[in-house]
Amino acid sequence: MLSTAIIIFREVLEAALIIGIVAAATRGVPGRGYWLVAGVMAGLLGAGVVALFANSIAEMASGVGQEVFNAIVLGIAVVMLAWHNIWMTSHGAELAAHARSVGNDISDGLSECSVLLVIVGMAVLREGSEATLFLYGIATSEGAGTMSMLSGGMVGLLVGAAVGYTLYAGLLRVPMRWFFTVTGLLILFLAAGMASRAAHFLIQADLLPSLAEPIWDTSGILSQQSIFGSLLHILVGYEDRPAGMQMVFYFTALISIWIGMKWVARSAKPALKKVLSSEHG
Amino acid sequence: MKYLLSVFMFISSLAMAAEPVEPEYVLVIKDHKFEPEEITIPAGKKIKLKIVNKDSTPEEFHSDDLKREKVILGNKSGFTFIGPLTPGRYKFMGEFHESTAKGVVIVK
Repeated sequence: MLSTAIIIFREVLEAALIIGIVAAATRGVPGRGYWLVAGVMAGLLGAGVVALFANSIAEMASGVGQEVFNAIVLGIAVVMLAWHNIWMTSHGAELAAHARSVGNDISDGLSECSVLLVIVGMAVLREGSEATLFLYGIATSEGAGTMSMLSGGMVGLLVGAAVGYTLYAGLLRVPMRWFFTVTGLLILFLAAGMASRAAHFLIQADLLPSLAEPIWDTSGILSQQSIFGSLLHILVGYEDRPAGMQMVFYFTALISIWIGMKWVARSAKPALKKVLSSEHG
Repeated sequence: MKYLLSVFMFISSLAMAAEPVEPEYVLVIKDHKFEPEEITIPAGKKIKLKIVNKDSTPEEFHSDDLKREKVILGNKSGFTFIGPLTPGRYKFMGEFHESTAKGVVIVK
């Protein structure tokens, strides 16, 4: 039961942390709670479907369909997170200052919410499909252990969700002054870490060269398997033995999203000034 | 959705175009154990590891040392690429049956 709990916990943890950060980062966007839940539901449904088609997926792409699939799911999440950050750059200040024009708000809010659904859905899909396969594997081999497996899984799920919620609640306590900067940075590093993981899958599938691996080995200092190490891995993309190509993907994602945000910030400033002055004028 | 499909097919075609030049090693999963439990491979080379699951239930080939994770469904086989590696011992295990499924890749 404990081993089931631990494995389910690790899968849930990643999705829970992502959901916690994204939930905090979209604070103020109207109706985003419903979209978050919808994203989780869609992800769970998708995870079931993926587990069902696991065989066909695995055999696609000359046997590396699984890796390609994981890389694509991660890639979509990176794009969505990037979109969110860039969107937030132009709208975040408005949300914080409660300066809105209703018309724009609804359609913008809708597109941000659908991006939210995809981000959450992708995270749950990725972790959920692996968890589903794992549970299926255990259920079919240890016939008598179904009850302990289920309760182990529940425990893992609850603890993982609790950690995610703690992160969310903790973020909400950040003073408004820094709030969107903090969540923006968290999302930026989340996206870069995912880009690095997408590269890892493509390297595993021999679709990308590793470009020297490992670039460094800090597994003695902070192992990726340790609790802190795996938290750092999820949140910031820490790798104890990264491949060169992973670092290329990591920094490319980091820099491109950062540039995108800065560029939008510059063009949003005059528009924001206009909105603010018309509110207070 | 269509866009997604074409991206997937593009990446798949890259895989199909790649010619296998790496030597192939085989690992069998039977009764939730690996056969053999020790594989020796040369250092500094990328090798293809074929994993054949002779059990009827899925197993996940998982190695923190090699940084590889792959689910192999029951009565199916899959493969992954490892290396180039520096000499040493790299442990791996079957994540769904950790107590019995374990092994080591020895790199010389």
